Amino acid sequence: MSNILKKAAVVSIPTVRQALLRSNPLLANALLAKRSYNSKNGVEMTVREALNSALEEEMRADDKVYLMGEEVGLYNGAYKVSKGLLDKFGPSRVIDTPITESGFTGLAVGSAFAGLKPVCEFMTWNFAMQAIDQIVNSAAKTHYMSGGNVNCPITFRGPNGAAAGVGAQHSQCFAAWYGSVPGLKVVSPWNSEDAKGLLKAAIRDPNPVVVLENELMYGVSFPMSEAALSNDFVIEIGKAKVEREGTDITIVSHSRAVGFAMAAAELLEKEGVAKVEVINLRSIRPLDIDTIIKSVKKTNRLITVEGGWPQHGVGSEICAQIMESEAFDYLDAPVVRVTGADVPTPYAQNLETLAFPDTEVIARVIKRTLAKKIGA
Amino acid sequence: MYARITARALARAVPSKAVKATPALTTSAKAFSTSMLSMNTAPKKDRVKVNFPGALDSHFSQVLEIREKMEPIDTFRVMDTDGKLLDSSLEPDVTEDFAVKIYKDMLTLNAMDLILYEAQRQGRISFYMTNAGEEAYIGSAAALDPEDEIFGQYREAGTLLYRGFTLDQFMNQCYSNELDLGKGRQMPVHFGSKALHFQTISSPLATQLPQAAGAAYAIKRSGRKNCVMCYFGEGAASEGDFHAALNIASTTSAPVIFFCRNNGFAISTPANEQYKGDGIASRGVGYGMHTIRVDGNDVWAVYKATQEARKIAVELNRPVLIEAMTYRVGHHSTSDDSSAYRSKKEVEDWKRNDNPIVRMRKWLENKGWWDEAKETSHKSQQRTAVLKSFAAAEKRKKPAVSEMFNDVYDKLTPNLIEQKRELEELIKKYPEHYDTSNYAKEK
Repeated sequence: MSNILKKAAVVSIPTVRQALLRSNPLLANALLAKRSYNSKNGVEMTVREALNSALEEEMRADDKVYLMGEEVGLYNGAYKVSKGLLDKFGPSRVIDTPITESGFTGLAVGSAFAGLKPVCEFMTWNFAMQAIDQIVNSAAKTHYMSGGNVNCPITFRGPNGAAAGVGAQHSQCFAAWYGSVPGLKVVSPWNSEDAKGLLKAAIRDPNPVVVLENELMYGVSFPMSEAALSNDFVIEIGKAKVEREGTDITIVSHSRAVGFAMAAAELLEKEGVAKVEVINLRSIRPLDIDTIIKSVKKTNRLITVEGGWPQHGVGSEICAQIMESEAFDYLDAPVVRVTGADVPTPYAQNLETLAFPDTEVIARVIKRTLAKKIGA
Repeated sequence: MYARITARALARAVPSKAVKATPALTTSAKAFSTSMLSMNTAPKKDRVKVNFPGALDSHFSQVLEIREKMEPIDTFRVMDTDGKLLDSSLEPDVTEDFAVKIYKDMLTLNAMDLILYEAQRQGRISFYMTNAGEEAYIGSAAALDPEDEIFGQYREAGTLLYRGFTLDQFMNQCYSNELDLGKGRQMPVHFGSKALHFQTISSPLATQLPQAAGAAYAIKRSGRKNCVMCYFGEGAASEGDFHAALNIASTTSAPVIFFCRNNGFAISTPANEQYKGDGIASRGVGYGMHTIRVDGNDVWAVYKATQEARKIAVELNRPVLIEAMTYRVGHHSTSDDSSAYRSKKEVEDWKRNDNPIVRMRKWLENKGWWDEAKETSHKSQQRTAVLKSFAAAEKRKKPAVSEMFNDVYDKLTPNLIEQKRELEELIKKYPEHYDTSNYAKEK
């Protein structure tokens, strides 16, 4: 880890892209995304629009589904994900709550016990810490503790991980936290198809599901396939997606970092360095370790990339599971975790930039890992 | 009736004391001393109402008022400690069967508590919590509709008993055997019954309060003429979830009754160290909620209060707070020895002077619905029934291995399947280390 950080510190001099990201992260990402991925049928959607359509479709399909949270109604959501839903469904289905995370989360959980299907929005996942007892001790465990008699079909959602320029208390990834809890399912979408398919699957799931969105991705446009535009489109929770096939090295990532991994893969292929396989985890729990094992057996090298902290992180878990699996014998180099720095997120732009992995860091780590050989 | 109770409660929510250095002026003459009265300004009707969105009922005043207290809320009671009716207009409108059932359930609860408490002391179960001294809360269960949802804290087994949870069901849960409805996954006394509309107990204090508001919201949306009953202790009312729940129930107009068993102690912490102000009831008024304080050792007062609260919840879709004043005669749980923080004499005095079971018995005897012969015969039958059920539960097999993995999700996930397979292989491979003779067979 410390090595990677040193390198990151060296390579991460603010570039034009990073400057843009600070002044208008959504625009910067949109440009990046549009440059890299072209739609086949010409239909594009922002992640925000995809989430909005998932909510609307599921609310139309099932009147037990309702949305609640701070500012979700009149204000259309702090990040406008719930735009227009109050007008379409009225105040009994789109509920503005007082500022009380433990209160409205408890209310959502209780209503799920009583048969409704709440979608509980956190303005950011950082604020959900005030309600974590309701999520972990009640939502996740009650089905088990009640002998399977009480269901909790609830979706917890909101932006997760680092945004831009919002400091330590608004920039934290909770994938490892919720990913460690039996009874919860945890998904972490990257693009618009992920966002729509996973949120719809979460709402339909009879178990409590944590949906970790990313603020910096809300305004980014991605192509939507014909299938993804349909009302029936869902993505199975617990299955990862190979976003890009490769033969030389596997990168496993989730959320916004998938985009950096894809860009690094493209860069290295252009340079003729390597064919990189990129796996978008989509689900943190259940973790699709089989897809990773299969890939490692093919490429013999593995890097994990995430915005969260290194210790006990998603990457750490993948390393451990790979070591316990038959894929371990196929590794030609040690697995490397590329993660956020092991510090609370600093506010100052130069320091914040240094705290998270980007395309350059990933590309550098890929090259270094390719040059290594166990026992050599 | 409920309107009267409320009107009284609200009428008393006026200042009773002002800081001397800052003579406060108010129209509530009754609440103030004569010297202060002389400084009174114009009545409120002649003064200008504020226009601030945060407190539309307030008036402007040229006197700086610093309040510390409201007048304490009265405690409603129907009978005295001898079970004598205090006001003929409050005669409970109930049948003999109905009243006797409540009393019998109080006795059964007491008998079950004695035996399970001893069972824990003998190391036969790991944990138990008794209801001693608080049995009158069964009156609240009697005032509910059987389909009203109950969210308990943990000391409300009597409400389940009232609804028909059998002795076997209680015992099976405490022994976490194969017939335990919770499949052996929770500590003793964490009962739950979907059929009886009793939500499974959650150990962390006060989590049930916002959940109760949520279940009430679901009821309101369904149009059912039901409400949610949510029990908690005065200690739990210090948790943030309590305040969050009252606020959100009030703002969402949820048909829920919050029933505080104020038994004077949170484990060892006495109520006067737990909170300041006029008990838990004063919080209800603060959250704009209908509020009742009641003698929690008086079955009929508890019954009446709950009936009225239920009307408000179901007919007006509004939350209600009931504070039932009582005294925890037993230890907090089997992990506690209360003689370390209160005198045995104090406990004995309460048992002798204000015993909810005795009060109810005397009331029944006054009506001619109960006597010594019935008491003796019932107690003897009941003890036999409890012991029989207890012995049967102790002998039953423990849950099958698969129950360790079932119900984490609706279906087993790949890692659960893998864990289960691993464990089964180990058990098969090392029978000398895994004695499964006492396990139930896999279904």
